Amino acid sequence: MSKVFVFAEHKNGALKRGAMELLQAAAKSGNTVVGMAVGTGADKAAAEMGHHGATEVHILKDASLDAYNSELYAAAVASVLEKVQPQILLASATSTGRDLFPRIAARMKTGIASDCTELNISGDNVTAKKPMYSGKAFANVAFENSPLKIVLMRANQLPVAAADGSKTATVIEQTLAKPDLKTLVKEIVKGTSEKLDLTEANIIVSGGRGLKEAGNFKLLNDLADVLGATVGASRAVVDAGWVSHGMQVGQTGKTVAPTLYIAVGVSGAIQHLAGMSGSKVIVAINNDPNAPIFQKATYGIVGDLFDVVPKLTEEFKKVLKH
Amino acid sequence: MKIFVCIKQVPDTETKIKIGPDASSIDTNGIKWVINPYDEYAIEEAVKYREANAGTQVFALSVGPNKRVSESLRTALAMGADEGIVVNAPENIDSYSTARALAEVIKAEGGADLIFTGKLAIDDNASSVSQMVAEFLGMPHATVVSKFSMSPEGVTVERDIEGGAKEVLGLKAPAVVGANKGLNTPRYASLPGIMKAKKKILKEIEFASLNIPATDTKVKYTQLSLPAEKPAVKMIAGDSSAQVAELVKLLRDEAKVL
Ligand SMILES: Cc1cc2nc3c(=O)[nH]c(=O)nc-3n(C[C@@H](O)[C@H](O)[C@H](O)COP(=O)(O)OP(=O)(O)OC[C@H]3O[C@@H](n4cnc5c(N)ncnc54)[C@H](O)[C@@H]3O)c2cc1C
Ligand SMILES: Cc1cc2nc3c(=O)[nH]c(=O)nc-3n(C[C@H](O)[C@H](O)[C@H](O)COP(=O)(O)OP(=O)(O)OC[C@H]3O[C@@H](n4cnc5c(N)ncnc54)[C@H](O)[C@@H]3O)c2cc1C
Repeated sequence: MSKVFVFAEHKNGALKRGAMELLQAAAKSGNTVVGMAVGTGADKAAAEMGHHGATEVHILKDASLDAYNSELYAAAVASVLEKVQPQILLASATSTGRDLFPRIAARMKTGIASDCTELNISGDNVTAKKPMYSGKAFANVAFENSPLKIVLMRANQLPVAAADGSKTATVIEQTLAKPDLKTLVKEIVKGTSEKLDLTEANIIVSGGRGLKEAGNFKLLNDLADVLGATVGASRAVVDAGWVSHGMQVGQTGKTVAPTLYIAVGVSGAIQHLAGMSGSKVIVAINNDPNAPIFQKATYGIVGDLFDVVPKLTEEFKKVLKH
Repeated sequence: MKIFVCIKQVPDTETKIKIGPDASSIDTNGIKWVINPYDEYAIEEAVKYREANAGTQVFALSVGPNKRVSESLRTALAMGADEGIVVNAPENIDSYSTARALAEVIKAEGGADLIFTGKLAIDDNASSVSQMVAEFLGMPHATVVSKFSMSPEGVTVERDIEGGAKEVLGLKAPAVVGANKGLNTPRYASLPGIMKAKKKILKEIEFASLNIPATDTKVKYTQLSLPAEKPAVKMIAGDSSAQVAELVKLLRDEAKVL
């Protein structure tokens, strides 16, 4: 039996959805699932990881791991990997995952498949599928010369079943041997929003120049609040200074993969489509029936967003209450 | 002080992608190649630094088929880089071998005081090469960087993390910095810049001469495919109230996303 190692991200002990997806996929493969969680709340996360299929979880509760530091994390993960000796490593293609695991791959002299949307595990063999050219093509990714096969999966790509409280994991507490650090985290400036990051969001409501001015993003915030969505934006409105560039979706913004993407007053320029065409269901609201966004959309409404969006918010309120 | 800027040449976003007959590459006929957009921020930052700090040299470095990659290096030279180095390599070698090649060349050139890359390459969205180069050279790194400064104490960067949050990091130089949008506004290559670039050194190195073992290829892309055709959009008719009611019904009952 092979060992699949899952690096689980959590927020104060609450597992991120991506971590649940990976644990369950690993468990389904029939392999032994070994997890890892770090920082304050790692013990709570470890208990939850058991419910999602991990049989053994290594934790490092050191509070110095609360803020991501590439060198410290690389040392921590590598030291646990040396003890566990897994054949496969799964992590989410989040800001942390994407920054950390290529460094680990280089250190372990092994291969990494980044930004994947499909995962196939069979014994110690793993292949993945990833979008290329912003979703204009897909490639199968296979490993060679890789003692450890590292796959970074986008969130929201794999199913998650309810946690099974009867399943538990053995928790092993590790201590951190701190390397001589060349990287110092000086400050973390919190974002304005407590919502999920665009790259992890399951629902995104995105606004473009059709909104006319910054203040009108309130319409989208209201809609997003009802849906539990994260608000995104086109580059045009970011460049206009209406919203911060962390909200930009597209080629020079974020690549997103939500279940539902609602594009409001967004024309659907190719560079915008580049970031969002991996969305499962796309709704476009635009007053121009020829807007290119309709060619990518699942459902289209031709109409004035100032009329449609408030009504939509009310309709969702009604329906989602029941 | 020596700054290296790593640049990747990628197909322009507007390019129509056709899969090649071997299904592990694309048909490169008619493709317009450009510098990876994030790498332009990297070049700009390096050149800006050089302009403010006499005695700095900026090397632009690219791994890929010599013929086309040289073009992007010429553009980098026209933007102000001092010297170009092309590592003539087959199409699409993996991130690991690419990073190994970059690290080997930087070592052979006497090492770097600072390395700039883009945060990721828009063709395959890997965001791996910067961190791997850093690891191979024993340097700290920061990716997704939108603010950069350097003093004798070291490098200070601001990087964009999740949910619009930002992180301020101090890195001991030499370090690898992966540029994000927002770092600066890349300049266009001016005509005098282009003329000057023609006289600058563009050194060629064969990938094969770097003695990177074949076992350093870790990942293979196969069976490239185009995305499945999307079903045609369903346009929702009626006045706005009817449209909204119908949309919510479809999202719940047909698409089942609520
Ligand atoms: C058709 C096709 C087939 C492919 N087949 C394979 C395959 O079989 N196996 C595989 O692993 N990969 C394959 N790739 C991906 C492959 O091109 C690389 O992974 C790669 O060249 C490394 O770049 P990256 O996209 O990982 O860069 P990233 O890590 O996303 O780029 C980050 C930064 O690193 C620097 N950088 C990246 N590449 C270079 C470079 N070549 N020269 C200088 N600086 C660079 C740039 O500054 C860039 O902004 C394929 C790609 C294509 C388009
Ligand atoms: C190198 C490069 C990189 C780029 N990267 C990105 C990127 O990452 N992300 C990105 O988004 N763009 C990017 N762009 C810009 C892109 O090309 C477009 O300019 C941009 O996406 C347009 O934004 P928009 O759709 O908000 O604005 P517009 O194109 O102005 O569209 C506004 C839309 O709103 C509609 N509208 C107006 N009023 C109403 C109303 N009352 N009700 C309903 N609809 C209304 C209009 O019909 C129109 O379709 C990039 C461009 C370049 C050159």
